[in-house]
Amino acid sequence: MDLADILLDPWRSGIGRRAFAEVALLGGFCGALGFWVTSFRLSYAAESLAHGLLPGLVMAAVLGGPLLLGAGGGVLAAAALIALAARDERIGADTATAVVVTGLLGLGALLALAPDSPPRLEELLFGDPLAATGGDLATAAALGLVGSAVLFALHRPLAAVAFDATGARPLGVSPAAFGLAMLALLAVAVAVAARGLGNLLVLAAVVAPAFALRPHVSSPGRAMAAAAALAATAGVAGIYISFHLDAAAGACVALALCASAVLRLRSGPRSAPARPAP
Amino acid sequence: MSTLVEAHGLAAGYGGAAAIERVEFAAAAGQSVGVLGPNGGGKTTLFRTLAGELEPMAGRVSVAGRPAYLVQTERTRLDFPVSALDVALMGTLAGGRWWLPPRRADRGRARAALARVGLEHEAGTAFGELSGGQRQRILLARALVQDARVLLLDEPLSGVDPASAERVGALLAELRAEGRAVLVSTHDVEGARSYDLVLCLHRRQVAFGAPATTLTRAVVEETYGSELVVLEDDGRAVRAVAVQHHEH
Repeated sequence: MDLADILLDPWRSGIGRRAFAEVALLGGFCGALGFWVTSFRLSYAAESLAHGLLPGLVMAAVLGGPLLLGAGGGVLAAAALIALAARDERIGADTATAVVVTGLLGLGALLALAPDSPPRLEELLFGDPLAATGGDLATAAALGLVGSAVLFALHRPLAAVAFDATGARPLGVSPAAFGLAMLALLAVAVAVAARGLGNLLVLAAVVAPAFALRPHVSSPGRAMAAAAALAATAGVAGIYISFHLDAAAGACVALALCASAVLRLRSGPRSAPARPAP
Repeated sequence: MSTLVEAHGLAAGYGGAAAIERVEFAAAAGQSVGVLGPNGGGKTTLFRTLAGELEPMAGRVSVAGRPAYLVQTERTRLDFPVSALDVALMGTLAGGRWWLPPRRADRGRARAALARVGLEHEAGTAFGELSGGQRQRILLARALVQDARVLLLDEPLSGVDPASAERVGALLAELRAEGRAVLVSTHDVEGARSYDLVLCLHRRQVAFGAPATTLTRAVVEETYGSELVVLEDDGRAVRAVAVQHHEH
């Protein structure tokens, strides 16, 4: 097999072409969003949301309803339960989140492994971009378009809050309101992307590219563009690996995304020590 | 002179526990207030309340417009990829229209503000790569663009090189001359004598008034307690150094 075959073979089937489009679209938006998720230090919240929506996703599959609707309901239920548990100050938000999310993950697994559940529910956990339909691609494209427009509109206040939350409030920018907007956007992205990238692995697209590129970027705009490009490229690389090694596509995409994190090690932090004098 | 910032019977704190109580002061246009107190004395709590971040637990505060709040620059995200010009441009958010990119006129105002703090040549430099004094001046440029009538500065000269300290001091004098009220939290008891008014806090208001009559030995001792080293005492006024250990 020569190089041309290696590169072109996956494109010769509709399944392959749809898988490339799915990971490029989802990876592109999740990568860009990841810059803000990491800037707001919401990686743990993102992981919690992604894992906590599993019962909703499984119930939608069991009932034969739209997975996106199940994921959306799951995210809302998870967010409400986490908020409720975190109200008890004796527990602490981190512990409350961990307990709730583990409980939801266990509930989701219980439902998925029940004898009456339809087969192949493991795809909900680990994703299967090779199963992407035309509808999935349309949803991913809509996420990219609408989500990018929202990120464009939120760009300045998000930057002000991420840079200096205390100083942002007197500028008329509420850190709580824009933090909530950020979480809502993240919840929508996770709900859409969990279908293709998997409930357990979607976080790789959100966090890994932004983490990899952070020391090398000079502005939020460039950071988002670079993270989107890296996530899409790593996603495409994952599909190639999956095709040629005959390995699980979702896992290969997630591993390729995480492997991109080594780019961070290429050099030290961009921010040099502050100058001692002007 | 019109009053730009005032507090009456103010109590504020966290989780139901008051960090400051019985705070009562006012500053008019063109006045500067040095806010003195030990670590944990309530200086930051007062500023966060004036900035609208904390709700008063009792009493009330009144601030003309939205104040500019300049935190210690180490408390900003130094690793966040923004340039000095980007930070100055954040001041334009106070005008609303946050969903649109900055206009040409906004960029002009931000560049003019950078020129005023003497850092127009650093417009493209990453904020985190500037010295502490330069970063403080960039935050002042953001406040200039915001055009706030009340400025809250949290230890602006802490860790600042002498050249920048001089520049910041001159800028604060200019801002006062423009009719703005400037509140500066500081540990420098001696330096506080240069402000029009001083407000001494130690979990409650110890004293408020003109430095010459307010900074007596009794007031300074009550404010700082064992953190105080007395250098000189002529019976009426006191020269002293507050020994502080910062936690960042």
